[in-house]
Amino acid sequence: MTLADSSPQPQPQISAPDAEEAKRARTRRIEKTAKWVLPFAMAILAIVLWDRIVVWNEIPHYILPSPARVWDSLTGDWDILWDAALLTGRITILALGLAVLGGAGLAILFNQSKMLELSFYPYAVILQVTPVVSIAPLIFIYVDSKIAGMLLCAWIVAFFPVLSSTTLGLNSVDHNLRDLFRIYGANRWQRLTMLQLPSALPYFLGGLKIAGGLSLIGAVVAELVAGTGGIGSGLAFRIQEAGYRLNIARMFAALSLVAAMGVMIFAALSIFSHLMLRKWHESALSREG
Amino acid sequence: MPLPAIDQRSPVLRMANVDKVFGGVVQALSGMSLNINEGDFISLLGPSGCGKSTALRLLSGLLSPTAGRIEWAGGYQKGDLGVVFQEPTLMPWATVGKNVSLPFRLRGKSQKAVQAEVEEALALVGLEGFEDSFPRELSGGMKMRVSIARAMVTRPRLILMDEPFAALDEITRFKLNNDLLALKERIGCTVVFVTHSVFESVFLSDRIVVMAARPGRVIREVQVAAPYPRDEVFRTSADYAAYCRQASEALQDAMEAA
Ligand SMILES: Nc1ncnc2c1ncn2[C@@H]1O[C@H](COP(=O)(O)OP(=O)(O)OP(=O)(O)O)[C@@H](O)[C@H]1O
Ligand SMILES: [Mg+2]
Repeated sequence: MTLADSSPQPQPQISAPDAEEAKRARTRRIEKTAKWVLPFAMAILAIVLWDRIVVWNEIPHYILPSPARVWDSLTGDWDILWDAALLTGRITILALGLAVLGGAGLAILFNQSKMLELSFYPYAVILQVTPVVSIAPLIFIYVDSKIAGMLLCAWIVAFFPVLSSTTLGLNSVDHNLRDLFRIYGANRWQRLTMLQLPSALPYFLGGLKIAGGLSLIGAVVAELVAGTGGIGSGLAFRIQEAGYRLNIARMFAALSLVAAMGVMIFAALSIFSHLMLRKWHESALSREG
Repeated sequence: MPLPAIDQRSPVLRMANVDKVFGGVVQALSGMSLNINEGDFISLLGPSGCGKSTALRLLSGLLSPTAGRIEWAGGYQKGDLGVVFQEPTLMPWATVGKNVSLPFRLRGKSQKAVQAEVEEALALVGLEGFEDSFPRELSGGMKMRVSIARAMVTRPRLILMDEPFAALDEITRFKLNNDLLALKERIGCTVVFVTHSVFESVFLSDRIVVMAARPGRVIREVQVAAPYPRDEVFRTSADYAAYCRQASEALQDAMEAA
């Protein structure tokens, strides 16, 4: 068979493993493209369907606005929505920062002192399992500053995953490594910084990803409970307000911003986590083949 | 330098009549005595569960004896030892260089200050140039070499090894056995080596301490008088076969005694 011979004749006998390998490579390529293309295709399909349903059924816009109307609201009310997004975003990020400090800090304290852990861990759990919506009204009675109150609400929701996953991480040190440190006479500080904290890092980062989503939820709930007053209004308040006015299009517009914010936080934290671990951790390995 | 005969070497560490009972019920060791002398290569050989690891953990100070005494000979510091476990036990987040320098860093020295020692230790185990690699980039045998480099980087008097090569394939194991003997010759340390393998213990050691289980105790000591350095010639010699037979018989006795 010559090279020029390109007619679809029986292929030259290639060995089975190669065929298998080529097939697997093709599947991988297809999946890689599909990972991006499919969600987009689904979104477009859903929007088109949504539009058709609204038009065909002549649904009034104060019940279900068409996608075009939502887009108009998003661009038309951009100034209001953008300000709202900035406020909510700021609260969320601040709360996440405090959750990291508080959660990881408490985890380290609890790890260093069994007595502290025994005394306070149960209350951390209680704080976590009590729904924040039911604590929030009380918080706003006792905390004068709206911002501080909102931060506190968001923090209460977000700190626990950081605390519990970091605690687990600090206790998950390989026991042989722990022995090794003992044999070489490591002190407490060395054990913490050179052994426990690095071991806990992947766990901490897992908790951080959860906390990112939760601090957004906390911020939104806090806004709904706090209402407006003095400090401008966040996205959640805008959603509520638009609802009272039957401005459903703006509700959708604000909602899409909240969702976008959540996705962005998750993506940012995922990238951060990958960067921290890519050199050594199993979860971040990009294996050849 | 040729070592003095076994009975003339100066003592390093001594176990005298040591009992170890776990949780008040499990008698892991009973009346175990062992004299470790300068330059010895001692293998602890015995069936699974006979207390070899327990003995090693007692020697390293990780456990304390229920009864009996463990004494370092005068002039030796308690912490003057290196350890190698069955798993390489490397810190996955640290480079090979940082892993090897760990014993120094735990004594308050900076990575920079011990750079020369780290490079030398890596060269001794045949891993020059791998300083900046991470453990996951290495094969099982290479990880074990890093672990050995870490154990000897401080030039300790005593190195304790708990089945360090058990998880490796035979070819790698032979290679590492040869290298370990060469290393010992170079730095002149004392080694206590736990193993399941009769062949490995004969090839490596000058004293094989055979242990029996339930309760863990020393049954017999086999002396391997073959001179070092040992190599493939020794591995195929009649002497080697004879020592293996002797050690196997002792192990057989140990199994029957249990
Ligand atoms: N921390 C512990 N608590 C309770 N029992 C233990 C503990 N460590 C070891 N033992 C018991 O002591 C005995 C000896 O254990 P050891 O690990 O020393 O055996 P070994 O000779 O090293 O066995 P192997 O060859 O399988 O590693 C076993 O019966 C084991 O169950
Ligand atoms: Mg063992």
